[in-house]
Formats: sequence, C-alpha cells, structure tokens
Amino acid sequence: MRLELVPRATVSPAARLLAPIGALILSFALGGIIVALMGRSPLTALDIYVLQPLSDPWALQELVVKATPLVLIAVGLSFCFRASLWNIGAEGQYVVGAICGSALALATHGTEAGAWVLPAMLGLGILGGALWGLVPAFLRVRFGVSEILTSLMLVYVAELMLDYLVRGPWRDPKGFNFPQSVGFDTAATLPILGDGGRLHVGVLFALAAAAVAWVVMTRTLFGYRLRVTGDAPRAARFAGFDERRTALAVFAISGGLAGLAGIVEVSGQIGQLKPSISPGYGFTAITVAFLGRLHPLGILFAGLVMALTFIGGEAAQISLRLPFDLTKAFQGILLFCVLAADALVSYRIRLVRRGVLAGRAPA
Amino acid sequence: MSMFEAVLLTIVTASTPLLLAALGELVAERAGVLNLGVEGMMAMGAACGFAGAVVFDSTALGVLSGMIAAVLLASLFAFAVLGLATNQVASGLALTILGLGLAGLIGAPFIGARREPIAHLHIPGLTDLPVVGRLFFGQDAFVYVSLLLALAVAWFLFHTRAGLTLRSVGENHTSAHSLGLPVVRVRLLAIVFGGACAGLSGAYLSLVYTRFWSPGMTAGRGWIALALVVFAAWRPGRAFAGAYLFGAATVLQLHAQAASIGLPSQTLSALPYLATVVALVLLSLGKRRAVGAPGSLGTPFVPDR
Repeated sequence: MRLELVPRATVSPAARLLAPIGALILSFALGGIIVALMGRSPLTALDIYVLQPLSDPWALQELVVKATPLVLIAVGLSFCFRASLWNIGAEGQYVVGAICGSALALATHGTEAGAWVLPAMLGLGILGGALWGLVPAFLRVRFGVSEILTSLMLVYVAELMLDYLVRGPWRDPKGFNFPQSVGFDTAATLPILGDGGRLHVGVLFALAAAAVAWVVMTRTLFGYRLRVTGDAPRAARFAGFDERRTALAVFAISGGLAGLAGIVEVSGQIGQLKPSISPGYGFTAITVAFLGRLHPLGILFAGLVMALTFIGGEAAQISLRLPFDLTKAFQGILLFCVLAADALVSYRIRLVRRGVLAGRAPA
Repeated sequence: MSMFEAVLLTIVTASTPLLLAALGELVAERAGVLNLGVEGMMAMGAACGFAGAVVFDSTALGVLSGMIAAVLLASLFAFAVLGLATNQVASGLALTILGLGLAGLIGAPFIGARREPIAHLHIPGLTDLPVVGRLFFGQDAFVYVSLLLALAVAWFLFHTRAGLTLRSVGENHTSAHSLGLPVVRVRLLAIVFGGACAGLSGAYLSLVYTRFWSPGMTAGRGWIALALVVFAAWRPGRAFAGAYLFGAATVLQLHAQAASIGLPSQTLSALPYLATVVALVLLSLGKRRAVGAPGSLGTPFVPDR
C-alpha cells in the first residue's frame, strides 16, 4: 500500500477556507491526547485554554494585546512566504526593533522631551528591524547565501545583544542589580485606548498593517510581482521582474514590521527592556502566517487563535501546572496540520495497492 | 594532563554532536530533502535519551530511546513532505517547534537529575601515551561511532550502488523516477537516517556533554549542523573538517571567556553564530549558486504517473 497524490483540477473556495479550520480542530484533538497522556483531563484543559479566556472580558482584551505583535510580524512574513523567500529570523528583527526604539526612550529618559519621542521611537524600531532583516536578504542576492540559515543565526546574535545591553550599559542603576532598564517615561509609552483598559494604540497599527497589506497584495503591481515570483519564478524572470529587488523589499517589509512589533510590545506592554521580551512571537508568527493562509484577513483571525494558546498556556501553567512547553508543542502540531490540510486542498489522496499501476491499464 | 591536552579533548567533545547531526542531514539532503527540523529532533534525542537513561538506568537504552524518539519525529516529517508533498521548509520549521516543545514536556520531570560520566576506551600502554594517548585511544564510544559513521557515509555515497541511487534521486527526482528508481522510498530512508543521527547527537549532548537535561540545551546546534552541510558542500569528509573546525572555535571562545579578555561575554557567545554566517558567505564568494547542492534539494516530488 502506498499513498498517491492526484492534483485536483478545481479547488472550491470553500475548501480553501475550511482547510485551516479543519486543521485547527484536528490539532486541538491531538493536543487533547497529549494532555490525557500527561494524566490531566482534556476537557478541563480545553476549558482553561479556550473557554475561560473567551468568556472573560479582561482576558479578551489581553487576547487582542497578545495578538498584536503576532499579527504585525505575520503580515510581514506573508510577503516573504508569498515570494517563496524564507525569513525565519523575525524573532531577531523584533528584538533589534525593540532595542533601536528603546535607545531613544532611554536617551530621553527624565528629560522634558516632547510628543515627538514616541513616533521617533516607532520609526527607529521599524528602521532597526528592517536593517536587521536586510542582512540575510543582502547576503542572498549578493553572495547567494541561503537566507534561511543566516536569518536564523542572527536571532541568537540579536538576543545576545539585548542581553548585553540590559546587563551592561542600559541597566537601571537603581534596579537592585536586576538585568533591566529603567521604566519608560509617559512620553515614551504607547497611549491606552479608552479608559482603564488594556488595549494600547499598537492594536490599531496591527489592524492598519493588515489593511495596507491587503491593498498592496491585491491591488498593486508589487503584490502581483510578488505572487508571480513565488508561484512561477521562471515566468517572473521572463516578465522581467527583478528577483533581487523583490527579495530586498520583502525582507525590509517583514523586518520592519517585526521591528515595529518589538518596539510596540516594549513601549506599550512591558514598559522597559528586559533580557526576555518575547515568548517566541517571531517563531509563532510563522504558524500564524500559514494558518492565515498568507492572507492579511486570515492572519488577523489566526493571530487571535495563537494569542489564545499563549494566554491559555499561561493559565494552564498556573491552574493545571502544565508546562508552557505544551503550548509550543501545540503550535508545532498546528503548523503541521495546516500544511497537511493545504496539501489535501490541492491534491486528492489515493491509496494504491502495491504492484498495480495507478490509473492506467498495464502495458 | 596539560592544559593543551585538556583543550584538545574538549574540542572532540564539542565537535562530536555537530558531526553526528551534520552527517544525518547530509544524507537526507543528498537524497533531495531539506529537513530544517534537526534542532527539534536533536532536542528530542537529548530529552528522551536522558529520560530513558534515568528510567532504565542504562546509558545504552537511553541512547536507544533518544534515537527512537527522533526517528518518530523524522517519520512524521517524512509523512508530510513525502506523503502529502508539503513545503519542506515550513514542515521542517514545524518539526523544530514541535520537537522543542515535546522535549520540554518530556524532560521536565528530569530537571535536576545527573548522570555519571560514561566509560572511555582504555588500552593499557596506548592510552597512557603523553598528549596523543587520551586523544586517540581514550575517547568514549560516541566519538569513535561518529568517526566511523563519517567514513561509512562517504563510502556509501560514493562507492556503492545504493549511494549512487540516493544521489541521483537527490540530483533530479524526475529522471530518477523515470528510470524506475524508488524516489519516495529512498527519501524516506534518508530522512529516517537523518533522524537517527540527530537523536544520537542529542543523546550525546545530555548524556555525555552536560550529563543533565535542561530546556534549550541544544542552543542552536541543530541549525549549525545544517549550516555545516552547506559549508561542507555536501561531502562527508568536509563535514568532518567543518565540525571539528567549528568545535575548536567554540571551545577557544569558551576559554577566551574564562580568561576574560576584556570583551563582554555575550560578544564571545555570539561568535559561533556570526562565524556560521561569515563561513557561509566566504564559501559562496564569487559563485552564484551554492556549490555542490543537490539539484532537487527542497523541491516536493509529485510524479506525473
């Protein structure tokens, strides 16, 4: 017995839409099995991971706050992945964005700096992330070095750089030797939306990024070029689309958005620099991008789903004493299921018995 | 034991896991499969290897558990990329995320436990030779296995018919298929071999290198092994050289840190990763495409029937 893939002639739009949902249900089932193997009740886990956060208004706000960096990064990554370029170092670009933006927050700390600080911080975050992302892109177009490995290696470098800064030059002198910077001034903190809530202005950036990305992908020549480069590289070359410029552009976009996510998280959520400013948003965003089918609107939905796994994971850590690694394992399972579901959308699977030539009379 | 000798011995310890993982990935890539899940399989090998060794109180059974766990993960990857023709890059990333998560779950109850050092070869007379004695005749079994494996892989790839088949599958799967070669079966075996090697490498980390389990202990070694394969231009001999060069650089960096030469420790810790980037750039200087990359590397195979 073996599997055979038969390409489908037509794919219904409904199937494309249902595939990620099916993948989600399957991964929840698999996650439940793991929870059961660990000797806990899957139903209790489902309650704590999914139902409780969704029924508590405070947790719902938290959900949107956690989804913000995921959506920002994943929207950027969708540009790369559509062009079949593999930026897997968004985590590093996020960290560098946070460092660059925070540099200004720390430099103006305690001064009467005006309202220009915050926009400048965000700009620096985008710039830093974009430059960090351009390194692998440049190495790829100039030297032909695989962007996969270089972008990933730079994650470690960025994290060590942050570690050095918060333990060394940027450490709060009054912080009892804790490795953390001073708390940001109000002028360097993202304003809260409404009164007393948890939502900060960064949430709007994520929505705006998704909207702009949707326009760029569907309504501009650049978006079209991108899809052709990814789906049919030869056709793109014949059409005279410059691969190098595309590569540099998508890495700058995804790096910039990851950098923005970094500074938004630090100035809107954490309020200071610490050695660890991300529970792996840059890597989770890869799953978010695929779960959202590389589509900006899908990514908004997928970002909320994955944010739920973070919040549920933290809750389960406390109430069920389930390690946070369960969340990571679940995210891996989910990515597998999404990819498999995509395959089932494009191919029909046929079981072939050994020795029989499929679909063709024996010669 | 002189300082020099001690440094040489630690270089061997640092290089062995890299060599093991790189050899496995090299075979998979020669068959045309890019498996970015090495880091995840290695973490599983380390966690399950350690857990198995503690539970069964046997290093050998621990190593076996680690290898089986990594092979199971590799089979999942194989099912996705071969059975369903999913994108290899994305599937490999999924494997790394899943492997790191599962390893954390499995290893959690064993945090704090320690294992005794494993037996080293001892040949009276030879092992006691100054400087070279312990280096050549006093290593543990993993080291000798990794060296034999490098030779075996080189012999298999370039001197056997099966090796030729494997390489042709990786070079051009369409031609290989039309010649009647079993593309999918060859790739499945190559992926499983890669998993076993990554598992062995992970088990070495937790059972010999540190002798305890801690989350994140693979510290990017799986990724460095992937880079080594490129660096080695898909040749086992060069993978050996690369792994030892890299191992040496890592150890010297540790010694520089200990000697506190005025640079921040984070700068020195970042060196292995920066060195990887620089090595990849130097290697491809002036050439447009990666040297020696198998032609079908990373492309899914769906036969036209």
